[in-house]
Amino acid sequence: MKFGVVVFPGSNCDHDAWYATTANLGQKAEFIWHDSTDLKDSDVVILPGGFSYGDYLRCGAISRFSPVMSAVKKFAQDGGLVAGFCNGFQILTEAGILPGALVRNRNLHFICKTIELRTETTDSPFTNQLQPGQILRVPIAHGEGCYTADERTLDELEAESRVAFKYVDNPNGSVRSIAGVLSEGRNVLGMMPHPERASDPLMPSSDGLLIFQSLLSAFVRT
Amino acid sequence: MTTHIDKDLAVQLKKHKITPDEYGKILSLLGREPNLTELGIFSVMWSEHCSYKSSKVHLKKLPTENKLVLQGPGENAGIIDIGDDYAIAFKIESHNHPSFIEPFQGAATGVGGILRDIFTMGARPIAVMDALRFGPLDSKQNGARNRRILSGVVEGISHYGNCFGVPTVGGETVFEDCYDGNPLVNVFALGVFKHDEIFYGRATGVGNPVIYVGARTGRDGIQGASMASDVFTEESKNQRPTVQVGDPFMEKLLLEACLEAMKTGAIVGIQDMGAAGLTCSTSEMGSRAGTGIDFDLAHVPQRETGMTPYEIMLSESQERMLLVAEKGREQEIIDVFNKWGLQSAVIGTVTDDGLLRVRNQGQVVAEIKNRDLADEAPLYNRPFSKPYRDAPMEGPAEPDSDVQSDLLKMLGSGDLCSKRWIWEQYDYMVRTNTLAGPGGDAAILRIKETGTSVAMSLDGNGRYCYLDPREGTKLIVAECCRNLSTVGAQPVAATNNLNFGNPERPEIMAQIVESIEGMAEACRFFDTPITGGNVSLYNETLGESIFPTPVMGIVGLLATAPPVPMACPEEGFDLVLMGGLGDTDGTRMGGTQYAKQVLKQLWGLPPQLDMAFEKRVQDAAREAARSGLSTAAHDLGEGGLAVALAEMTFGGIGAAIELETKLSPSRALFHEGPSRILIATKDLPAVEALAARHEVPALRIGKTGGKSLRISIAGRVLVDTPIDRLYSTWDRALEEALHV
Repeated sequence: MKFGVVVFPGSNCDHDAWYATTANLGQKAEFIWHDSTDLKDSDVVILPGGFSYGDYLRCGAISRFSPVMSAVKKFAQDGGLVAGFCNGFQILTEAGILPGALVRNRNLHFICKTIELRTETTDSPFTNQLQPGQILRVPIAHGEGCYTADERTLDELEAESRVAFKYVDNPNGSVRSIAGVLSEGRNVLGMMPHPERASDPLMPSSDGLLIFQSLLSAFVRT
Repeated sequence: MTTHIDKDLAVQLKKHKITPDEYGKILSLLGREPNLTELGIFSVMWSEHCSYKSSKVHLKKLPTENKLVLQGPGENAGIIDIGDDYAIAFKIESHNHPSFIEPFQGAATGVGGILRDIFTMGARPIAVMDALRFGPLDSKQNGARNRRILSGVVEGISHYGNCFGVPTVGGETVFEDCYDGNPLVNVFALGVFKHDEIFYGRATGVGNPVIYVGARTGRDGIQGASMASDVFTEESKNQRPTVQVGDPFMEKLLLEACLEAMKTGAIVGIQDMGAAGLTCSTSEMGSRAGTGIDFDLAHVPQRETGMTPYEIMLSESQERMLLVAEKGREQEIIDVFNKWGLQSAVIGTVTDDGLLRVRNQGQVVAEIKNRDLADEAPLYNRPFSKPYRDAPMEGPAEPDSDVQSDLLKMLGSGDLCSKRWIWEQYDYMVRTNTLAGPGGDAAILRIKETGTSVAMSLDGNGRYCYLDPREGTKLIVAECCRNLSTVGAQPVAATNNLNFGNPERPEIMAQIVESIEGMAEACRFFDTPITGGNVSLYNETLGESIFPTPVMGIVGLLATAPPVPMACPEEGFDLVLMGGLGDTDGTRMGGTQYAKQVLKQLWGLPPQLDMAFEKRVQDAAREAARSGLSTAAHDLGEGGLAVALAEMTFGGIGAAIELETKLSPSRALFHEGPSRILIATKDLPAVEALAARHEVPALRIGKTGGKSLRISIAGRVLVDTPIDRLYSTWDRALEEALHV
C-alpha cells in the first residue's frame, strides 16, 4: 500500500506522517510537493498538519488553491482515500471537500496535549479496526480546532454516522464535541487530533496506529 | 592619536554609545575619520552584545573542549559528536531587552534568532527550551504589567516555535522582584545533522559570489544590538521600533530551502543575519576566513524605498541569511530558493584585501577591515570589587511552623507550581521525537536515525547566585547534570547565558567574574565544556540590577528507550533517597524556596556543594536508571525533599514516608542541599548494593501507595494530605495568579 504525503510550504507534520506510515505501519510513502498535480499512484493521500502558508488569512485558506488540491479533489470525487490531520482537516474544509469549519479554540490559546477520543462509527475505511465507542488516546496541537457547522449540517452528519470521532472532554469548544468527520462517500476523513503522533511504541500512546491499520485493512479487502 | 571631539561629534558618539577612547581607536584603525555609516557599523560590532568586550577576558577561563566537542565557542553554535556519524548543534541566547519592550515579538524573534543559529550550521532544529524570568504576578504596583509580559512572551514563543515546527520541550519560569522591570527570556535550541553536513560562517574563496537570501530588509530593529547593551530608563518605551517583527512561516521556508541548498554542494559558507544584521554577517564571515567582502547595497532586496546605507547596514530585519557560493554555481542555489518562494540576490564577491567594502550604486560608502570590526573591539578588564549583595548572613529565628500548610503554600507558589498553562501552549511533540517533554527533570529527544537520545536541562538560580555567585553557579551546573543523570543520561557539554547587570559597576563586575570562575570549575569537574552561549549585560532598570542570573543549558546522551518517569506508576515500591537526607544549617536555608515563599526573606548562603560527592550520587542514579532499577526518579532541587515527594505522587499514587533526623522538620523537608535523587524501586537490595559500590548512602525513606502523601519524622506525622489536594493546589496556581 502506498501513502502520498502532501507537502505545502509550512507543512510540519509531513515527516511524522511519513514516519508513521513507513516505520510504524510498514508501508510505502512518498512526499508530494504542493505544486504538482501528480499524486504518484498513491492509494491514500494524507494532508499533514502544520501551518501551510503560515496559516495567513485563515488556516488552509491559501493552501486550497495549491495545484495539488485540484488533483486531491478529483481523487476524492473518484472515491480515493484522503485523510487530513489538523491543518489537513482545515484545508479539507476550506476546499469544500468536508463540511464545516475550524475556528479559534474556545480559550483563544494554542493547546497541545494528549486527549481522549470516542469512536463514533466503525463503518469507514479509517475506523474499521476500532470497536464502537472505543476510546483512543491521541494528541491534539492546534490553535484553531474548534469545529463548527450549521445545525442542519450537524444533524445530517450525525444521521448519516459521518462523525468519526468525538472528544470525551471537549478541549476546544467544538460543536457537539466533534473531533473528526467523514465525507458523504466515507472515503475522506478530517480530524484535528494527530494519529501520526500516536503510532510509535516509544510515544506516550500508540492508539493512532489503529487508524492507519484500518486503512491497510480496507486496502487489502478491496 | 589625540582626539578632538566637538559638540556635534560628542552627540553622535553618545547616540552610538561609543566612548571617546573607543573613537580614538577607530581613528587609528581607519587612519581617518569615519563617516556616519562607518560609525554606525563600528557601534554595533563593538557593542557589548556583539563583541563581549566586558566579559571576554573572563570567558577565556571556561573549559571548551572534551573528546566529543567538534566545535567550541566562536561559531554560530557549538557542536558535539553523538556517535554513528551524527552530531548535535546547540546554543542558548537571550532576548531580554526586546521582550520587555514588546513581549510577543521580542520573545518570538528570540526563538527565530536561535533557530537560525542552529540551521545556519546545517543542523535541523529538533528542540527548543526557554528559561523565563518575570516580576511577581501579584505585585501591587506592576502585577498587571507582569502578567501581560508573561502572557505575551509565552504567546510569542508559542506562535514562532509551533509554526516553525520545532517542539518546545521544557525550561523554567521564575518570579522575582528584581525582574520586575527587566524580564529575562533565554531561548535554547538544539539541532541534529551528520558530520559531513556541517557548515561554517566563513567567506572563503576569493572571487566567490556573496548571496543574500530570505526576507527583504526594512527599517525594523535598527541598532537593536546597541539597545540591548544599555540600561533601561524611562525613555526605553520609545524604543519599540528597535524591536524586530518575526515571521515564522518565512523562517520555516528558509530552513527547508537552506538545508536543500546545502545538499547541492555549492555553498561554501553561510551565516544568519541576527544582531547587527548585514554588518555582522559580512564582517564576521570575512574575518573568520581572512578575506574581504565587496558588495553593493543596491542589490539588497528592500522592503521600503529611500533607505540609507546606514539603515540597510544596521537593520535587524528577521529571517535573512548570507551565504557564499562556489563561483559559477550561483544558479543552483537560486533555483532552490525560488522553489521555496524565497528571494535571493547576488550582492557582492569575496575579495583578498580583508576589507568590508560597502557600495551604494557603485559608490563606496564604507570601507573597514573585517578584522577590525569582528576582532579588534576594545577589550575591557573592568575593575571589580566584592560581589554586590544586600542581604544579612543570619536569618530570622526558626518559626514554629505547620509543615503541611507550608508545603501547600510552596506548591502553590509561582516558582514551584505547575507550568502546564505555559507549556500546553507549546507544541512539544511535533516531529515525534519527544520521549520526555515539559514538566520533568530533563527533556529527552530521540534521534530517529540512530539508537541515541539526547537529554537536556536548563537551569538558573538568581537567589543562590546573589548570595554567592561562585558557589551559586557551581550549584546550577551540578543541578543541570543531576537532572540529566536522574533520567539516565551522561552529561557531555554545556551552553551558558550570562544575565547580569551593569558591568561598569565594580560590584556587578565582581558577580560576573565570580560566576564565570565558579562555572569554569564546575564545568571542568563534570566534564561539560562550554561550547558557546550568550552574554546579556546591563540588565538594570532605573538603577536596580537583576540578581546575577547565569542560566546553564546542559545536554546529555543516553540509549533510546522508554524514559524513566518522575511519578511512580504503581503501589508498593520502595522510595530511596540516593545521597541521603543531606544536612543544612540556618545560614544555608537563606536562599531556599522555603525562605522565599514561607518566610519571605533572603539571607545567608546557598546550600553547600561537595562536587566529588555529587558526582558519585549522579553516577549511582544514572546507573540505576540505565539498569532499570529506578522505576521512577526525581532529583531534589528547589523546595527540597517535601516538594520532590509531592511531585512524585502526581501520577496518582501516594506515598508514606518515615524519617529519622536531628534536623527540625522544616529544615529536614525543605532544605535544598544538592546531591540527592529520589528513586522508586522494586529491588531495594540491588539499589543498596549499587549505591554502596559508588560509596553513597541510599536511604530507604518509605513506600508508594494509597491516595495520600504522609510524612512523619520520628513517629510524628507532619504531613497527611490527599494527593488530589496537593495536585490541584500545584496545578491551578499559575492560572489563578494570571486570572485566566
